[in-house]
Amino acid sequence: MAAKNRYNKKADASIQRLQSSGREMRAIMIRLIDIHKEYDNGTKALKGINLRIEDGEFVFLVGPSGSGKSTIVKLLTAEITASKGRVIVNGYNLNNIRRWQIPHMRRTLGVIFQDFRLIEKKTVQGNLEFAMRTVGASGREMRKRIPYVLDLVGLEDKADAYPNEMSGGEQQRVAIARALVNNPRMIIADEPTGNLDPRRSLEIMTLLERINAMGTTMLVVTHERDLVNRFSKRVVAIKDGELIRDGQGGYYRA
Amino acid sequence: MRRFNLGYFIKEGFSSIFSHGLMSFAAVCMIVACLIIMGSFSLLAVNVDGMLSQLEEENEFLAYIDESFTPDQVRTLMEKIKQIDNVDPNGVTFITREQAKQDYLKGHETDGLYVNMPDEVLRDRFSIHVIDLEKFTETVEAVCALPGVANHRAENKVAEGFVTVRNAVTALAYVLIAILAAVSLFIISNTTRLAAFSRREEIAIMKMCGATDGFVRWPFIVEGLLLGLMGAAVAFFLQWGVYAAVGKALADSGATALFTLMEFSMIWKRVLAIFLLSGAAIGALGSGFAIRKFLQV
Repeated sequence: MAAKNRYNKKADASIQRLQSSGREMRAIMIRLIDIHKEYDNGTKALKGINLRIEDGEFVFLVGPSGSGKSTIVKLLTAEITASKGRVIVNGYNLNNIRRWQIPHMRRTLGVIFQDFRLIEKKTVQGNLEFAMRTVGASGREMRKRIPYVLDLVGLEDKADAYPNEMSGGEQQRVAIARALVNNPRMIIADEPTGNLDPRRSLEIMTLLERINAMGTTMLVVTHERDLVNRFSKRVVAIKDGELIRDGQGGYYRA
Repeated sequence: MRRFNLGYFIKEGFSSIFSHGLMSFAAVCMIVACLIIMGSFSLLAVNVDGMLSQLEEENEFLAYIDESFTPDQVRTLMEKIKQIDNVDPNGVTFITREQAKQDYLKGHETDGLYVNMPDEVLRDRFSIHVIDLEKFTETVEAVCALPGVANHRAENKVAEGFVTVRNAVTALAYVLIAILAAVSLFIISNTTRLAAFSRREEIAIMKMCGATDGFVRWPFIVEGLLLGLMGAAVAFFLQWGVYAAVGKALADSGATALFTLMEFSMIWKRVLAIFLLSGAAIGALGSGFAIRKFLQV
């Protein structure tokens, strides 16, 4: 009992120290430690990247084409493994993750792609049901969750529409809804506005910001400078596989 | 597998058959072709086996009794023979020399040489029926080793011939069935691979959403299973037709004296069960193998 009290006092003191220093205790969502990635053809895509993203953050990952942004996304979704270094996502150490654990790790993420990747032959509702069924949700859970998510992305009246009947912006909203529907802790958006005009791009980014404000960690990979500079968020810039800048309220400079 | 996923897998399996109609049709055709070829060889083997079994039933040998043996000793000897391994206890018959002469004379009633033959020329004997033809020689030797058996007459060569023919036909049937099963598996696997290729994007989305390999694989396995069952049903009816046609052709050609086909009504249940099991197994396994490559996302 005495030992337990001593432990609690020590823990309280640590929390007070952190709070007084202005820092909050937040879970680490992404941790990249000295990451190197060399592909089989000899291309060195990443050279010693270090990155830490905490729960609830909104981070832009920026850089020109071929800088290594997509490689980072693939590493985070366990599509590929690092040649050297450690990758930790939502508490999963991806260096020694077992194959059967990968689906469970991915369920803590929502992924949004530039080309939407919707199933054309399914309606909006069908696409979301498909994502929920994948993780074993019941019909009752789907009936409860899908209208809520569609309302959140502003597509409450489009449940029965097919993707090819919708605009690019609407299709990306469906993709966002699909990423959100399983209530992930973090969303990774890989060039989410790449196929959209500036107005739709702004709408999508505002929607992502709103989702982040509700507590979902957001990592947005983009090379659209104007859009990044419009939102005052943390910006992580990489070039030629190396991290060149990382700053809060940062700007994307050429 | 979660309870509410089972219905989904079956629904997806069914809808996939129709959404890839041409591919499904090709897969069913391949299963039908393979099952009919396999079935034809199996039925040939079954018929040859049946015919040989019939001949085996008639297979027996004669053991001649020592003339000095009394009737009591003969009875004791008969009991000893019945106890020998591979001797059918109900197939040991005592034949007196008089009976033997009568049997011998059948067909020679008008021949004076045989009609006037004295009974003493022949010996009392046992007609002994063997159970397993493969142990024919050993059984004959065991019977001859008994005191009181003076001699024997056995067609060892004929028995060995039967065994050789049966083994050859069975081995050939097994080899052909194995080859055709492998070919069917390969074809179904490739057909499913094409179906999976056209849905690779869908599979990638599923995997990115956190689907397990099993969740992705099951609808394909159900699809393969259903295609296999459909192919098996079609193949069964076609096989029935082919079998009836061959039976009719044999009857018309007068070859039934040499080779009579079993009635299909006697074997249809077995054929249907084997076709359904083989079709389902080929379909499900083929699909299971085909999908593996697309799960590496």
